This record gives sequence, structure tokens and C-alpha cells, in this order.
Amino acid sequence: MAPIKPVLLEAVGVPDGHTLASYRARGGYAPLEQTLAGKQPGDVVEMVKASGLRGRGGAGFSTGLKWTFLPKDHPGPIYLCVNADESEPGTFNNRILMEDDPHQVIEGIILSSYATRASTAYIYLRYEYPQSWHRLQGAIDEAYAAGYLGKNIRGSGFSLDVFLHRGAAAYICGEETGLIESLEGKRAWPRIKPPFPAIEGLFRKPTVVNNIETMACVAQIARRGVEWFRSIGVPSDPNNPRDPGSYGPKLYCLSGHVERPGCYEAPLGITARQLIDHYGGGVWKGRKAKAVIPGGISMGLMTEGELDTPLDFAGPGKVGCLGLGTAAVVVIDETVSIVDFLHNSCRFFAHESCGQCTPCREGTSWSLRILERIRAGKGRLQDLDLLLEMGNTMGMMPGSTICGLADGAAWPMKNAIRKFRGEFEDYIRRTNPDGWMVTDPVPALAIVGAH
Amino acid sequence: MPQVIVDGQEIEIGAHERLNCIEAARRAGKEIPHYCWHPGLSVVASCRMCLIETGQRDAATGRIAMVPKLVPGCQTPVKDGTVIVTESALVKESRARVEEALLIDHPIDCPICDKAGECLLQDYHFEHGQPQRRADLQPFHSRRRDVGPTVTLFVDRCIMCTRCVRFTREVSGTGELMVTSRGAKEEIDSFPGFPLDNKLAGHVVDLCPVGALGDRDFLYQQRVWFLKHEANVCGGCATGCSIITEHNQDTVYRLKPRENPHVNKWWMCDEGRYGWHHLHDPARLLSAERRTAPDRSGAAWQTIDWPEVVDRLRSDLAAAGGLAVAVSPMLTVEEAWMLCAVARSIDPAAFLAVGHVPRQGSDETFPGGFTIRAEKCPNRHGVEAVLALFDPAVPGWDDLLAHVRGGRARSAWVTAGYPAPWPAPWIDADTAAAFAGLSCLVVQDLFPSALSDQATWRLPAVGFAERAGTWVNAGHRAQCFEQAIRPPAGVWPEGRLLWNMLGRRGLYDPVAVRRQIAGAAASLAALDGDVPATGIDLRILQLASNGTPSPA
Repeated sequence: MAPIKPVLLEAVGVPDGHTLASYRARGGYAPLEQTLAGKQPGDVVEMVKASGLRGRGGAGFSTGLKWTFLPKDHPGPIYLCVNADESEPGTFNNRILMEDDPHQVIEGIILSSYATRASTAYIYLRYEYPQSWHRLQGAIDEAYAAGYLGKNIRGSGFSLDVFLHRGAAAYICGEETGLIESLEGKRAWPRIKPPFPAIEGLFRKPTVVNNIETMACVAQIARRGVEWFRSIGVPSDPNNPRDPGSYGPKLYCLSGHVERPGCYEAPLGITARQLIDHYGGGVWKGRKAKAVIPGGISMGLMTEGELDTPLDFAGPGKVGCLGLGTAAVVVIDETVSIVDFLHNSCRFFAHESCGQCTPCREGTSWSLRILERIRAGKGRLQDLDLLLEMGNTMGMMPGSTICGLADGAAWPMKNAIRKFRGEFEDYIRRTNPDGWMVTDPVPALAIVGAH
Repeated sequence: MPQVIVDGQEIEIGAHERLNCIEAARRAGKEIPHYCWHPGLSVVASCRMCLIETGQRDAATGRIAMVPKLVPGCQTPVKDGTVIVTESALVKESRARVEEALLIDHPIDCPICDKAGECLLQDYHFEHGQPQRRADLQPFHSRRRDVGPTVTLFVDRCIMCTRCVRFTREVSGTGELMVTSRGAKEEIDSFPGFPLDNKLAGHVVDLCPVGALGDRDFLYQQRVWFLKHEANVCGGCATGCSIITEHNQDTVYRLKPRENPHVNKWWMCDEGRYGWHHLHDPARLLSAERRTAPDRSGAAWQTIDWPEVVDRLRSDLAAAGGLAVAVSPMLTVEEAWMLCAVARSIDPAAFLAVGHVPRQGSDETFPGGFTIRAEKCPNRHGVEAVLALFDPAVPGWDDLLAHVRGGRARSAWVTAGYPAPWPAPWIDADTAAAFAGLSCLVVQDLFPSALSDQATWRLPAVGFAERAGTWVNAGHRAQCFEQAIRPPAGVWPEGRLLWNMLGRRGLYDPVAVRRQIAGAAASLAALDGDVPATGIDLRILQLASNGTPSPA
């Protein structure tokens, strides 16, 4: 797949690219003024629907469709929440957008608010992004001063206030209803659905939650048109009527054991191997890849043999991964122990589980402690089945939890053990030569020292 | 009528009923286990114990389409054609896994846990759990901290159902409890300096499905399997909460609320909850005594056997004449009626008045709708309804005092039975002095008071759990209850004394008296027949006869 000229990342490397003047010089805010002057909100919704834009936050839900779930002619306020709580390990594309081209994001927010008739937008920013915070707040202030935000924007009669909210560093706040709870000042425990946020969201009012990159895409669609957007990416699979296709440019965050890690803009559908070889300069130190995370740690693992899988919304699912996720591609080279990888993954989710649903709260912590025991040389082959059982039964998909965090914790467990079972077994046999085959219950009190 | 299919069994629900799967399955006799769901609290669907399989039957074709994953029964409303499967292999496995997960960090300290025997974790594990523990983690910690003056928290027993947290936010509206930390490390806690001390705080212990929250009043006092349960009514205020008195060997150990949608829903206040200690107070009056000196000077008392009391009380009062009677709002409807009948049989012109009605503060309603009444007696409405049969004016305690002070009475019979200690004694010496000039004063009370010091007769009264009968609360709802424990040795409940004074034979039978009253008075006719456990609105017949629709 041919590389494309960066659009979303246009401002990267441009001196003072984050300023209003630079953004205007590149053609920014002109589409917004045209839209406010000549188009109805419904036209913007239709434009985004026609573009086939799917949410860039992880689930890949059609953005235009999500907007249409809002109640028609709702008398009260409608809110737009922009999810900038980018905490999926390996992901940093929102950060680049917010730091280097915040006005692109804000134009997208204004357009989306106009389309959804929202009069207030909240940006929920991850705590660990101080530079994004400064840049975004600066851009918001500039936009207010220039009349792009506030009352009666550019004489159109449309008003919008944007508030930048800095989170307190919790992964669960990236879940859309957890984000809403957190914005309301509560503990970020994801809500039960239904009702979905489009019906009852922030402050119990209809709410749309969109990702930062989605906002940037909306701005670019308004500037460059639907045809341009649909010319990039992968059309829908004719054999799968439920596949809406994967259109548009995507920011891939390439990290791990590659020569040139970074955030790269590529058409959706690029394969992992192309990404690693063309953009990343190959696996570092001339080594081979052992596994690749396709889109953030919660999406699972692809083996070296699966690297030709296209990284579009449908691709990773075909090789047993959860999905494209945030398109954060992390390369793990052949020297890494997969046991260590899984331990690290389990540690993350045990730390970040919000603790609301029993299967996730106890499952993530139990799996971590099993991995700790395995790494302490007390593993047994039986543990792998236990981990697999946990992986198969915890999450929103089997129905045992409220939100998808547990699915994200389960997928690396399932993928690692299914795809690298031999390595796990070798490790356990090698480190626990006397006990690997034992199937008796582990005596709880005697083994405590291992933890 | 909408039909719901529970494990293949079709049941009908009301056309406008909003039930979830747990409630619908219960109608079909199927119990879906659950921890976090409580009918009086918001739904969080977080314990995941009530996961079931559901589907929808197509009305036209009769074909059933199942949801391809487990759903929480508490969160899933039923409608016509909803299919609920509570016993499939998938559901059973899921329950076993939730039980296993909950027990990973749960100290299995049942032998020293107050909750053992009424613990949902125990019950569900027995029914749905796995026989073998697969977790290799040390389960036993024993951290305990007090979260308030009445409630203690065994931190590691908690299963994070958050019922207590939601209770303090939604029902008491005080929000003292919260969840701290994250994941498997999270705990229930209160903010430093803001202990759980609201007026409904004790309720979180009832809500706790496991032994995490302990009632400091009940802690280690009694194993729950020794407790006997009697449906009762709280006498603490005019709300008249339906309660369960839990007792053993004539000792009350704790009170719990009993669900009654018309009165207290699921709740009761701490004042009522801990308001039973006076029953076992050693200061109580325990025998019927008559002053030896006829002029009521001196403190020499003679204990009189009860059969003798029946006759001598009547003759003493008859000899004095000019009888004034205070009918205490602590008495039951039956006792009040018999007292009036006895009084009128002694003196046909006896002055009958409602006894002292204690009040404290003003009514207090909580965000969840629960109300603590300022009127600290359970049966003013009932006593007034009875008195109206004898004297339509229904004089009150102040009228009685004026009557006595005006010298129009030569003898008085004051029933009281107020639990002590209230903030102040129910009667002070100045008020009591009004009775000084009488030639015969009968005081029937739980505790000695300024009034009983002047009495000719000092009779013991009984407390709420020791009597049977009917109380009418502030909402005109009559609730009948049985005696939970026997009064202390040597004490006759008021009803027994009055029954005997009326010359009736056999054991005191409140039901017979109630039926008699109901037959004699239109205003109390609703008390005829069996009264349901949740009570009956006394106005129901009047409303019906007026042609207005009866309240639901």
C-alpha cells in the first residue's frame, strides 16, 4: 500500500504549527466558516456518515451513526465529550495531535458540536499530558479570542463553550461512561448500559463521546471532502454485510523493538509488516519479531507469521485479536520471554481494574498472582488452563462485566497462551522441574512466601 | 397480560408492572442469587452473581431468540415474551466462578463471624459454589475498623457489593461511606472526621450480604441460629415500622426492619433499632405494689399477688369514685378499649383521656422517603379512635391535668409504659403534684417516676415486644402483632390485667377483643377478620363507603 502525504500530521515539524495563525495559513477554520454560513447541522451529520468515518478511540463504531442516536429535537442540552484520556499502553497519537495541531482538533470539535447541536463540549485530558494541556488550553483561548468559540460564533447564531478537564490518571476514565462519571465528579465506575450515553449521558443528558483523532478526521473531511476520505483505506467486505469498511488515514503508533519508533500516518489497511519495515525501519538490531501487538495491549498478540494481516478495523480480528483498537503497534522481538510479557500485561490490568464487577476485579488480580507464581518458579501446567478459562469467561463479550476493560485484560491472556503455549510449557517445566505436573490444589498457606 | 417464561414455566405479570428478571423469576418460584441488587437501592449490576440467559419469544411465530451472552438479571427488565433461563450449564458455571472469585480474597473466618448462618456468601457457596478451591492465595487477614459509633467494618470480608455506599447516598442522603482504592485492593471506608453516624446508619449492617459490616450492639452477643423471629411493630415513634424482633430465651438481641411497602419499605431508624434495651433494664417495675399507709405518705409498699390485684384495684377505685383515666398511647387498641370498659364499669362517669403523648423535635424525612416522627409513641391514633367510642370529645393529657387540678377527680388511673430513658423523664415533679390530692392514684408504668412516687398503686407495664395487639400509626395503618418475648417474671401485661378485671375467662385473647371492637364500632370495622402482615388502612372502609377509590 502506497504511503500517503500526512494530513492529520500536517503540522508536525512546522514551526509554531500549533498556533492559530499557522493553522489558518494551512487552510484551517475556512471549512468551519463555510459550514456555519451555508450548511445545516444535518448536512454535517450526512457528510460524516457518507465518509464512512469510524471512531478512532478503539471500538471503531461509525461516528455519523453514533450521532444519529441522539434524540431528535431534544429540548435540553446535549453534550459532546472528547476523549483525550489516552491511556492504552503503546498509544500516543492523540498526544501528537493535541501538542502539534490543537486547532485541528478544536475545529473538529466545533463542527461535531454543530452537527450534534451540542452547546457545550468537554475535553477529558489524560493527567500525564502536561504539554497537551498547555497547548490545548492555549488553542482554546486563541479560538475564543478569534470568535470560533463562545456565543454566536461568526454570526451564525451557533454558540459553543469548550472546557478542558484534566483527569487524575486512571485507565478506566477512557471508557466512555467511566469518563462521564469522572467528569461529573464521581468515581469512574462505568455505567450499566442501556441507557447509552446518546440517550442519557453526562449530567443525565444526551451525550456523544468521541476520540481526539476522530475530531481531527471530522475537520479534515470538512476541508477535503468525503471523496478524498473514501479514497483512502479499505472498502467494506462484500461477503460481510456487517462490515462498513475502513476508510481514511490513520495514525499508527509504532513502538517497541523497531529501529524508528514513532507516530505515522498511513492509510487504513496497511499491514503490520509494511508498517514495521517501511516506516519503522524493521525490527531493531536485525532481530526477528516474535509477536506484535496490533493496537494497544488489550487487543492481544499477533505472531510473526500473522504480520501480513491488514491493520484495518476488520483485520486483527481475523487472526484472533480483539480488533484494531487504538492502532498502537508494539513490536516484541525474539529475545523477549512471553511469560514476562503476559506478566506485565496482567500487572497493568490488575492495577487499572476499577473493581466494580467481581469477575474483572478478582480475575485480573488472580491472574497476576498466578503469573507471579509462575515467574517465581512455582508454575504448573494446570495454571495455563486456569488462565485460559479466566480469559474466556471474563469480559463484556461473555457478559460477565459491565465494560470492556476485562475483555482487554482477557485478550492478551488468551492470545499469549493459545499462540505461545509451547513457550509457557517449556518455561514452567524448566523452572519448576519437580512440580510442573502437580494437579493437587495449591495449599494456600504454604505457598504464601512465593508472592 | 404480559407473559414471562421462566425455565419453561409461563407466568403472568401485571400489565403495568416493571419487574426485573430476579423479581419475575421469584414469582415463578425460582431464586436468582444476587448480592448487589436490593429493591430499595439503585441498580449497579456489579456483583455479576445474577447472570442468567435471556431471550425473547416472537409473539407472531412463537419462535424464541436467545441473547448470545449472559446478562445480569437485576438490570434486565421483563416484558411480554421475555424468556429467562436460570438453570442452564452456562449460568451455573458462571455462578460458580463468581463465588470462586469472591472467595479468593475472603477470609474464611466463619467460625468467628457474626454473619455466619445468615450469610449470603455461605448460602450461595453451598448452593452454587465449587467444591474445591483453585486459588493459591492466602485468604486470611483480620483487619477491622469502626466506621461509625454503631457500625464496625471487617475490611477483608467485604465483597464490594456497595449496597452500604448506595444506602448512605440514596436513602439516608448523608453519603458517609465510599469506596477507596481500585481493583482487588479497594475497600469501603468513611472519610476521616466524617464517621457513619446518621440516624439510619445501623441499616447498612442489615444490607450487608456478608459479615463485613457488623453491628457493634449485636457483635458477638448471639449466634444467629439461636435467634427466634417474631413479626413485630416498633413502638419508638408514630411511624410504627414493621420490624422483626430477634430474641432467644426471652431476651431481645436485635431488631430488624420487616418489608412493608405501606409503612417503612425496607428501612427503620437507629432510634428504633437500638430502642429495645429498656426491656431488659434492671430498674423496671417488676411487681404490683400497694402502699401500706393509706395517706400515701411513707415509702412502705406491699407486693400484692395479681389475682388479688384484680379485685382490690376495683374496690379501691370504686371506693374513691370520681375516676379519671389516662389511656397511654403506648397501649394497644385492645388494651385501650378494655381499659375504658373497666373504667366505665367502675365509675360510669369516668373521665377518659389520651395519656401523655411524648414529642421530640420535628418530623424528619430522609431522601429515600423514610420518616422519623416527632411523636414518640406508636398508637395515638388507635387510642383516640377507641376513646371516641366512649367520649366523642376525645380529651387529651392536658385536659386530664386540668380535670384533676380542677378538683373534679377523686381517683385516677394513669397508664404510661414509656421507655426510659428519654432525654427527660416523661413527667416532672410539678406535673405529678397535680395528682397529690387524690384519694387513690394508680400508676402503671415501666419505670419509677415522679408520679409513681405518689401512687397508691404502682403497677408494672410491659414493653413493645412483650405485648400483643394492634397499633395504629400516623398514617392510620393498623398493624397487628404477636408477643415476642414474655415479660419479666411477676409482670402481667396490661391486657391480661384488664381482661381479668372485665371478668373474662381463660387467657387474654387480643384477637377476640379486636373482633369485638370491630363489630361494635364503624370507625374500627376494618379490624374485623384477619389483618395482613403489612397492616390495613383504617380509613379503607370509610373511603369505600364514600365512593372514593381506595388507595392502592
